[in-house]
Amino acid sequence: MEKFSYVNATSLEQVTSLLSESGWGEVMLIAGGTDLLAELKEYIETPKTLINLKTLPGMDSIEADASGLRIGALATVADISMHPTIQHHYTVLSQAAGSVATPQIRNVGTLGGNLCQRPRCWYYRDEATDCLKKGGDICYAIDGLSKYHAILGGDPVYIVHPSDLAPALIALGASVKIVGPEGEKSMSLEEFFTLPAANPFRENVLEPNEIVVEVSVPAPKPNTRSFYLKAREKGAPDFALSSVAGVFEMDGKTCKTASIVLGGVAPAPWRSKEAEAAVTGKMIDESVSQQAGSDAVKDAEPLNDNAYKVTLTQNLVSRAAMMAAS
Amino acid sequence: MPEKEKKQGTNISRRNFLKGVGTGTVAATVAPSVLIGSEKAADAQVDDAVANATIQLNINGKSYQIEVEARTTLLTVLRDGIDTSGSNIDLTGAKLICDRGECGGCTVMVDGKAVYACMMLAIDAQGKEITTVEGLAEGDDLHPVQDAFIQHDALMCGFCTPGFIVSSAALLNENASPTLEEIKVGLSGNTCRCGTYPFIFDAVKTASRKM
Repeated sequence: MEKFSYVNATSLEQVTSLLSESGWGEVMLIAGGTDLLAELKEYIETPKTLINLKTLPGMDSIEADASGLRIGALATVADISMHPTIQHHYTVLSQAAGSVATPQIRNVGTLGGNLCQRPRCWYYRDEATDCLKKGGDICYAIDGLSKYHAILGGDPVYIVHPSDLAPALIALGASVKIVGPEGEKSMSLEEFFTLPAANPFRENVLEPNEIVVEVSVPAPKPNTRSFYLKAREKGAPDFALSSVAGVFEMDGKTCKTASIVLGGVAPAPWRSKEAEAAVTGKMIDESVSQQAGSDAVKDAEPLNDNAYKVTLTQNLVSRAAMMAAS
Repeated sequence: MPEKEKKQGTNISRRNFLKGVGTGTVAATVAPSVLIGSEKAADAQVDDAVANATIQLNINGKSYQIEVEARTTLLTVLRDGIDTSGSNIDLTGAKLICDRGECGGCTVMVDGKAVYACMMLAIDAQGKEITTVEGLAEGDDLHPVQDAFIQHDALMCGFCTPGFIVSSAALLNENASPTLEEIKVGLSGNTCRCGTYPFIFDAVKTASRKM
């Protein structure tokens, strides 16, 4: 790691004002630090100043009531996964949080950090590789090793978004509160994430002087069933090769509404409107669920090494749909 | 370059921007906050930006004062830190192995929860109770997990063992009688390249019965 200065946050005004004094990468935020420190150790980022957000009061709370959930950006992934209300009524979120990394990382990693973590692409994470994401000329995944890269929405950068919480929260219809120098604003979490065609350097709409402070989730409708299915290369903790967050409002075996969001297959969490359309208003059986699976990947364009993700994703979507009806 | 610049909507690339900004500018940008902070130096919440700091850490019930750089990890302090009185902290039970929060060899407890000491800044560990593998035994009385590891011969080369023992103790803090599946999940942040897992799981089961 390069040397940096460290300052405790005292207020959001102070944080956004410090951030406003430079562009990306000069002043950075640290909460759990489990992603950031890895970037610093690899010299992917070399900030001059880190702002410690953990001194901001009250930002780690999880509030649940009849209208829904409000989760502070500093809530840990472990707290989200073990929260009783989330386990019972927002199952997809609890399952997604429980699938993140390892106990040690869930104990310190935060909601805000999980949403804003940087990609795991081995070209991006290699100090010596000046890839497109880091201001170079090309995305090396196109001709290089692409086993863990995007099959959807890649052009021109084929990273996948590594977050497990993001697909689950988007499937639940979450919105995110962002604070900048001009005050706060809210937007749907789905719109928060961006594709490389819009900006190859970042994964979301945050400006250099903005910070995620809270995520709110509306209460699920009655008779909602939700699941997070995550395929990993091995039994041990890992990032998703492909994952499906599914939230289904059911009437018996008939699906009234569905939200299906894919993780690990695109540079942003990937809402599959095609899979949702395939199950909405239908009685879910084997053939409907298979249709949902194949519709989810009909636009997939695999690279040299990741065609397996097409089949994997198709099967995960079908399985989620079958689980909703069983 | 021109194509890239167009995409970013600005006439400088991010890389060049970073390279172009020198330390002088940064010192200037941080300075106002430092001044504000030092005017209120008596406040508990000082907002000075520090590159070096003297921090107080509570490790295994003992208080240490240590001078660190902001970038120093908790693991580095535990293993190589020197107290301001001049004595080595010398808690080398937590191992420096992957240094990336993947292998679990550096696992310690912070406020009773397992964390990777390699992925936590020492400065972030202030005000917390840090427990390393050296702090689990009480005098000559080993922690039940340590006893059970011996009883089940739950190690081969032993390099991962301190991390596994701390993770096991943290797991039993949260869940006094875990199922085999819960033990596997609880220890999923630790790796044993010798593959002693079944003996480790047995040891945790035995320890849970004794606690």
